[in-house]
Amino acid sequence: MTVGESVGGERPPRTFSERLSRIVTKSPIHIALAIVGLIWLLPTIGLLITSFRPASEIFTTGWWEVFGGRWDFTLDNYATVLGSQGMLEAFINSISITVPATIFPVVLAALAAFGFAWIDFPFRDTLFLVVVGLLLVPLQMTLIPLVELFASLGIFGTFIGLWVAHTAFALPFGIFLLRNFFITLPRDLIEAARIDGAGNVKIFRMIVLPLSVPALASFAIFQFLWTWNDLLMALVFAPRPGGLPMTTQVNSLLGTFGTEWHLLAAASFLIMAVPLIVFFSLQRYFVQGLLAGSVK
Amino acid sequence: MSTATATPTTSTRDAARSQSPKFLRGVSPTALIFIGPAVLLLTVFMVYPAIQTIFLSFENGFGNYIQLLTADPRFIRFSFPPSGALFNNILWLIFYTGGCIVIGLIVAVMATRVRYERIVKAIVFLPMAIAATALGVIWRFVYSPDADTGLLNAILGVANVGPISWLGSAGFVNTALIVAGVWGSAGFAVVILSAALKGISSEILEAARVDGATEGQIFRRIIIPMLSLPISVIAVTLTINVVKLFDLVYVMTEGGPGNASNVIGVQMYQQFSARNFDYSATVAVVMLLVLIPVMVFNIRRFRSERVVA
Repeated sequence: MTVGESVGGERPPRTFSERLSRIVTKSPIHIALAIVGLIWLLPTIGLLITSFRPASEIFTTGWWEVFGGRWDFTLDNYATVLGSQGMLEAFINSISITVPATIFPVVLAALAAFGFAWIDFPFRDTLFLVVVGLLLVPLQMTLIPLVELFASLGIFGTFIGLWVAHTAFALPFGIFLLRNFFITLPRDLIEAARIDGAGNVKIFRMIVLPLSVPALASFAIFQFLWTWNDLLMALVFAPRPGGLPMTTQVNSLLGTFGTEWHLLAAASFLIMAVPLIVFFSLQRYFVQGLLAGSVK
Repeated sequence: MSTATATPTTSTRDAARSQSPKFLRGVSPTALIFIGPAVLLLTVFMVYPAIQTIFLSFENGFGNYIQLLTADPRFIRFSFPPSGALFNNILWLIFYTGGCIVIGLIVAVMATRVRYERIVKAIVFLPMAIAATALGVIWRFVYSPDADTGLLNAILGVANVGPISWLGSAGFVNTALIVAGVWGSAGFAVVILSAALKGISSEILEAARVDGATEGQIFRRIIIPMLSLPISVIAVTLTINVVKLFDLVYVMTEGGPGNASNVIGVQMYQQFSARNFDYSATVAVVMLLVLIPVMVFNIRRFRSERVVA
């Protein structure tokens, strides 16, 4: 990661004139990157500013005019969406759906990944390939029979149904990611524990899990964000009325208040708040998981 | 399956083996404890429903498929230019996947040359953490036809152009949606490509520079070939995204105006909501069929990597 090893890496400038000439020759890059930064920040910043502006201002002036001094700050929009527009209830529903739908897949995928990595059984690699193949199955492929199946099990329109569906669809990626991490653990360590009489359960708990915290964290973060941000499963399986998570709530706000930007902006930032906190605090695991899941 | 709960001592394991059905012989009870729950869940809630969906799609023989592929202009209309959900998915495939890779490459290469590399990457990557629902609201706001609220029309207004109803006109809507999609996913390409760029040894590049290669030659002849594997990884991942695409289009346009921006994933949901279950099952099966070549490619790559490892 040091600069010297990277592609653009050059030795540090020695004199002032060298530094100056480097800034000048690199200025096209700085300008281009500044434009990239603006394009990627402005849309989000615009909505963020809008969420704090009074409704009356939003309809008459653009959000960019706050930079010219029109800065009327208000929390009314957040109060409205949290209260009368049901976003507080939806926030609690999002948490109730997401937390179990993250814990279950992490536990089940870790168990299965250990089985695929370190226990011999017939057709193991074939079965693993089938699981990897299931990564491709779109949710749409199972929606209709799942509705009937959940109805016959009495879990249609309940959080349990959502947990089950999210868990099943998370397993292929989780097993793939964790199995690929588990097989990189030193074989000697695991063989030594076997010779000392440790069973698979003990090896899993005492050796594999403690050594795999980064991989488990990556998968947990991915699954958390995936479930938190999901719209389709919630549209079909979430309890209604009263059990909708924030994504479906904002989607129905869009239907009724398609141009009430003060409400839409505040509601959207409520959805984004938790993922942004997760992203900024756990960015390392997030990027690691991304690289492991695709490059490996 | 009762053997799965037996304690994994040697004696019970042997006993379990002799009792278990033939195809399970050699499967230790502990193996079942570990993979059993996941395999059971995948079988009951993924594989079995998927098979049911295939049967449902054939409820009237090949009728649904014939109608979908030849007589449903909402799915595909063979005119000039073609239109329909399938055609829009192809537009997404070309311009969204291509756009993400090109922008990812440019930003990754430029970012390695500056000290604030991490900041640039974090900014471009940020939308990856945001729900497509929120991303849809962000871009509906940018595209707002009112020049007092929509940033894009405000900028064009300075040059006395517009205002244009980006999401309301059939001619602009796909471009507008794909731009929002690229904005959301380019960070993925940047992160992968920038990690791959770090893996190219500086000695090779130095040697090329010493031999008199220009920066353009180095980019075309060394960097691009060495990035072909990560680029194919990104292309596969984004292609899968395109086929499964639902949230962003549903939130921003619901496939409209008319059917102008519809995609397969949204059309399946529309048929499902209209309770045309066997027809929506047919659309879902077509989604899977489109993905099968990608799956084959992925498994091959997976196998070849195992040989290398």
